[in-house]
Amino acid sequence: MKVLICIGHVPDTTSKIRFTDNASKFDKSDIQFIIGPYEELALTRLLDIKDAGTDLHITAVNVGPVETEATLRKALAMGADEAVRVNAEPLDALFTAKQIAEVYKKGTYDFIVTGKESIDYNGGQVDGMIAEILGIPSIPSASKFEIMGSVAKAEREIDGGKEVVEAAFPFVIAAQKGFAIDPRIPGMRGIMAARKKEILVFEPSEQANITKIIHHYLPEAKSACKKVAADNVEELVRLLHEEAKVI
Amino acid sequence: MDKSPFLTEEHKMIRRMVRDFAEKEIRPVAKQLDEEARFSPELTKKMGDIGLFGIRIPQQYGGQEMDTLAYTIAVEELARVDSSQAATIAAHNSLGMGPIMNYGTEEQKQKYLPKLSTGEALWAFGLTEPNAGSDSRGTKTTAKLVDGHWIINGSKIFITNGASTINIGATVQCVTLNDEGKKEFTTILVDANTPGFTRIPMKNKMVWRASDTAELFFDNVKVPASCTLGKQGEGSKIMLNTLDSGRLSIGSMGLGLAQGAFELALKYSKERKQFGKSISEFQVNAFKLADMATKIEAARNLLYKAAWLKSNHKAFAKEAAMAKLYCSEVAREVADEAVQLHGGYGLMKDYEVERFYRDQRLLQIGEGTSEIQRLVISRYILDEYTNRE
Repeated sequence: MKVLICIGHVPDTTSKIRFTDNASKFDKSDIQFIIGPYEELALTRLLDIKDAGTDLHITAVNVGPVETEATLRKALAMGADEAVRVNAEPLDALFTAKQIAEVYKKGTYDFIVTGKESIDYNGGQVDGMIAEILGIPSIPSASKFEIMGSVAKAEREIDGGKEVVEAAFPFVIAAQKGFAIDPRIPGMRGIMAARKKEILVFEPSEQANITKIIHHYLPEAKSACKKVAADNVEELVRLLHEEAKVI
Repeated sequence: MDKSPFLTEEHKMIRRMVRDFAEKEIRPVAKQLDEEARFSPELTKKMGDIGLFGIRIPQQYGGQEMDTLAYTIAVEELARVDSSQAATIAAHNSLGMGPIMNYGTEEQKQKYLPKLSTGEALWAFGLTEPNAGSDSRGTKTTAKLVDGHWIINGSKIFITNGASTINIGATVQCVTLNDEGKKEFTTILVDANTPGFTRIPMKNKMVWRASDTAELFFDNVKVPASCTLGKQGEGSKIMLNTLDSGRLSIGSMGLGLAQGAFELALKYSKERKQFGKSISEFQVNAFKLADMATKIEAARNLLYKAAWLKSNHKAFAKEAAMAKLYCSEVAREVADEAVQLHGGYGLMKDYEVERFYRDQRLLQIGEGTSEIQRLVISRYILDEYTNRE
């Protein structure tokens, strides 16, 4: 069985976010990039399934410039079998989804796994778009995943409960928290083995750029918490009314 | 720290990997293991599972075939969280496996290295004796060749990884006699289960309490002459070369400990409020943090350069001695200021910095005291000067 897993190349969550070019571009200098945490869980789950005896060939894919190869290399060190990089700066979710759909068509993959969203732009659209382009089912935001012979079983958290779904191959599934418990830490042996694994580079299929980022804004800094004495209701009401302006 | 020109992407990956592991597996248990002075075979096995055993050993013998810088970074990242676990890994890789890899016969490598690469078995290096510390030529343990066997008598002290349940033996430095009856040194591999070989854990340490330190006793211990490591009489050379590499280990431990203590101090000084503001906002404290960061940066550059020289098969002994000296002294200075920034809380075992303050003290003593490092460095620079004249 062959699986294609999308590996996001995202800033470490502790990064200091800055912009350049009049706030139209994200400043990548000084940023440590990591595998997106949801994709890391997704890959961990696939590796667990493989370790438990399912014959699974794992291909990691990323749409990005050459610097994303370090992130793909980490996926290989964790245990992915091979990697594909589509040599393009991802422009928006549709562009990325189209490129990944092209990679899918070139191979003989049984299913596609993504994270539920990237942790930089948090679009959360790529998985659904890939499924739509390819005309295959999509399982968004799955918190559990199992392969049971010719079908896959997934669990999704929905308002007020859980939804258990079954799907025949092929399909796209997006991982969220719970997909695996802890991300797998690659060992020295994995890092060594990754040296010999191949990263294939595909040129992108031409796609129109349909979105453009005009400006980035940083969220306002959180102000310090104000404490009001328990018996001073008047002051609490005044603050909520005059400062927070919520009542 | 990853802007160093010496580091490759792979080195950075190794740092993240070991850091993740140390935060997840070591930090939660470090305090308790220290308090109970307990060596943990379970944690050791986990370190083996991620490949921290045999880091520089070729794949054919079960190792990871990484370079010295990769090893340096791994030890640094362990020491950033816990010196005891860093000590287990450093001693095993550089003192335990290193000499077997560098001087062992093919048969000896095949016999020992694969099982020493798993995390299930440790090998020790027995050099120091009660009366042979800095003066290692004062070794009293003897080995006599009788009918094709060495008969070993004597004792060793302060031997890391020498007495735990997973230790399977030691490389022992012995005094032997050459054909002309002259005194020389020979290193001999002794399996743990050899009759007459006793290994006793040393208790009540101030430092590295969760690492295993042993006294070794040899009472007519008989091993075949084929257990000689290298050639008879090569003991001094093997010991000196092993210690050159060992200095990089202690340098890595000093750097990692300093980094860990600095991070604890930085965090605490931002959280701790006095006179209505974080104590880091007082210039006197901010300057302490600036000095700590500067020293750590200098130590890192010195150590990585020495490790890079070794990785690239260039002479590195002088730089290794400098790195060992400087990193261990920076560890002391940084840990000391880190406690100062913690104030009274820094003296309590509830705060991690207390352990860092104790653990740093070994670094200026082990594998050649600071004084011996200065002696080594001064000999190199005086020799260089003489050669120029």
